[in-house]
Amino acid sequence: MSSRPFLRIDNIHKRFGPIIASDGVSLQIDEGEIHALLGENGAGKSVLMSMICGMVRPDEGEIVYKGVPVRFNSPREAIRQRIGMVHQHFMLVPNLTVAENYILGRGSAFRVINDIDKVHAKIRELSDRYALDVRPDALIEDLSVGEQQRVEILKALFNGIDLLILDEPTAVLTPQETDRLLTLMRDLVADGKTVVFISHKLDEVMRVSDRISVMRDGRVVNTVSVDHTDARGLARMMVGRDVGMELVRSAAAPGRLVLSVENLICRSETGLPAVRGISLGVHAGEIVGVAGVSGNGQSELALALSGLLPVDSGRVVLNGKDITGLAPARINAHGFSHIPEDRHKHGIVQSLSLSENTILQRYDQPPFAARGMLSRRAIGTHTRDLIKRFRIKCHNENQRIGDLSGGNQQKLVVARELARNPDFILVNQLARGIDIGAMEFVMEEMLKQRESGKAILLISTELEELFAICDRILVMFHGEILGELPPDRARLEELGLLMAGKTADHSEQPTLAG
Amino acid sequence: MEQVNQGARDHVYPQAAHALYRTLSQAAISAATPIAAVLVALSFGAALLWLNGFTGTDVVTVMVMGSFQDARSIGEILLKATPLILIGAGLCVAFRCSIWNIGAEGQLYVGAIAATFVGTSIDGLSVWIHAPLVMLAGALAGAAWAGIAGYLKVRFQASEIVTTIMLNYIALILTSYLVTGPMRDVSAAYPQSARLVREAWTPRIVSDMRLHIGILVAIVLAVALYIFLQRSSRGFALRVVGLNPHAARYAGMDVRRNVMIAICISGAMAGLAGAFEVAGVTHRLYQNISPGYGFEGIAVALLANNNPLAAILSGGLFAMLRSGSEVLQITSQVPQVLVLVIQGIVILSVVAFAKFRGMFAGLR
Repeated sequence: MSSRPFLRIDNIHKRFGPIIASDGVSLQIDEGEIHALLGENGAGKSVLMSMICGMVRPDEGEIVYKGVPVRFNSPREAIRQRIGMVHQHFMLVPNLTVAENYILGRGSAFRVINDIDKVHAKIRELSDRYALDVRPDALIEDLSVGEQQRVEILKALFNGIDLLILDEPTAVLTPQETDRLLTLMRDLVADGKTVVFISHKLDEVMRVSDRISVMRDGRVVNTVSVDHTDARGLARMMVGRDVGMELVRSAAAPGRLVLSVENLICRSETGLPAVRGISLGVHAGEIVGVAGVSGNGQSELALALSGLLPVDSGRVVLNGKDITGLAPARINAHGFSHIPEDRHKHGIVQSLSLSENTILQRYDQPPFAARGMLSRRAIGTHTRDLIKRFRIKCHNENQRIGDLSGGNQQKLVVARELARNPDFILVNQLARGIDIGAMEFVMEEMLKQRESGKAILLISTELEELFAICDRILVMFHGEILGELPPDRARLEELGLLMAGKTADHSEQPTLAG
Repeated sequence: MEQVNQGARDHVYPQAAHALYRTLSQAAISAATPIAAVLVALSFGAALLWLNGFTGTDVVTVMVMGSFQDARSIGEILLKATPLILIGAGLCVAFRCSIWNIGAEGQLYVGAIAATFVGTSIDGLSVWIHAPLVMLAGALAGAAWAGIAGYLKVRFQASEIVTTIMLNYIALILTSYLVTGPMRDVSAAYPQSARLVREAWTPRIVSDMRLHIGILVAIVLAVALYIFLQRSSRGFALRVVGLNPHAARYAGMDVRRNVMIAICISGAMAGLAGAFEVAGVTHRLYQNISPGYGFEGIAVALLANNNPLAAILSGGLFAMLRSGSEVLQITSQVPQVLVLVIQGIVILSVVAFAKFRGMFAGLR
């Protein structure tokens, strides 16, 4: 490794209105290393990397790249300097081919058409060299999430890079795909490239990185070599205190059947088959997990159960009543709570206050409404009570909920759903996008609900979340439930194989879109 | 419960003071943008007039004095403010629900047609019955006309921007047809309807001025719509649907129903404005009964930041500009187009300032 730092970030500040995203970040990346950037959501990792690749401009501070101070005004300038970034949300046009995506925005259409064979050849060459299995003429929309990610990485290689930044690359992958990605990162480094890898998953970071920088509250709190730390130490740095990695829970005592689903079939919003015959039951006092790589019908299952997506066939019975195909208001009235997957889409209304978000379902019911008018006093009292009980950090109940951190927003959603005193709680991604502290809190809250006899269905792509609080785990693949496992970390491999669609008896992968 | 009451009593004074402070500061912040926008626009307008060779007196006259010469001219401003406030406040409700009703002009015409029908075909009623009946007819017709666009939206996902514009043309052409055909007063030289019977006329506030009680109705309704939006359960649902329809569905709100309610309220307000134009001002239906109030109402709502209460002020401002332009055109040759230019600049500044504020505060 060279003595001159490959990339030096010096005292960077960035504010977005009242939000401080970077509060004097300094960081050094050496040439040819895998440098992990670890931190809770909202710690400022993604913003920092967006500044390096020219998407966001810093307010203050200096970025020195290969010994030269740089100030990129656009991602294009960063690409010209051989910096590539793979974002959490892929930037690909679904109805174009891989090659077409790569040449988007480059030169005139005429020249591009002439050069398309050369582009194909180059893609094939790069794909072979790094064993990426990317076909230049494949349509993006036909590719799985893991494949699309490899397309994104290859796009960066195609543009020519010395520095590759990966933003939360493993969030959408199965354990096996993750292994493959980590190997690829090693290969890239062996080829002389430098990799910065943003993550909040301690185990991956420990496995692949050379050095790790931990970010908290818009600053780098520490940079350590991987040999000199362990997962517990990293967690402590991330949160700023000791974290209990294991939650205490009693043995399950399942009671009566609260929710039963029989052979449920429904299509996605775009009309494609999504849930292909699911049957399951959730009893009082148990937490049933649904594991799976995202995009295998979990979202549609949740939406169909809560009445947001039409059901093609099958039955959903809650508390002995058939709720199949009812409107959400009717389903809610039967003791159904839903902590949605996409908080910003379904869970909250960003520009409304905490109070207003608290009464989202009960805005026309007493005590929050009387004679058609909102009872501000009752709403305020109730909201203040939830803020106190769930330790939601805010100025007061009239603050815009969009100004809170993701963790505090999620706490309010959880608080609201539990306050409705449901019999059944549907949770899709309990802890997505929230910090460890809040995650611990909401998980404990779920366990308390279990103790008090609620039936909980927890859909999650985070295996840790499932292992931590579930009593049994169902694995969903391609719209079906492939198997059920106990929450036993020893059976992680089996779980991973099921998530990839490989059942234990015959490890044949079912073909896509049958 | 006991404890809660105790706590509330202990804190009632500081809380009330705090709430007042908060309300005032929020009002100041939210008023700052439109006020700044208006000032910028007026400075631009002043410069524009200056460049066109008009004297300082002209500038002051068009900007501020407008036609504040006497009670009568103030009455004329308020007369013009009436449809602008009605339409603007109504559109605030639609826009808050994210319904882009561009069809207030057409809804106004349909309201005017209905008012004319009720005002000419019935006779012998008391003014206490006939005049309100005319207003009701206008409001219902406007609501129904807007309801067509609403139904097409909730049933077929047809863009209300397109359908309301198309309905504008239909309403305008329908009016032309009626005043040249079935509803025409054959004794008149120009295409116009018969005169409304006296009892159908909107009562005037002062007998020798054209200003009628419509301005009071407009202000009362604007206040009522403000309370409806901010304080009622239904208003809350409309706002949630407008801000995040997905969350509204998740929460069990009937999105379609709320969309229909919002668009019909805005249509009713425009239809009522049309009724007042016929029953309060012209007393007959003409082809060009509105000089574009329906479109100017959009700017009124925009400047009011979709707050019906603020629409009273912004409606008044636009009425003042319009009034000033007419007076000036007669007295000092300032072309009316210049006033239209100033109005345009007001709208552009409002949009620009709102964007600026968004960049300043909302970006993350």
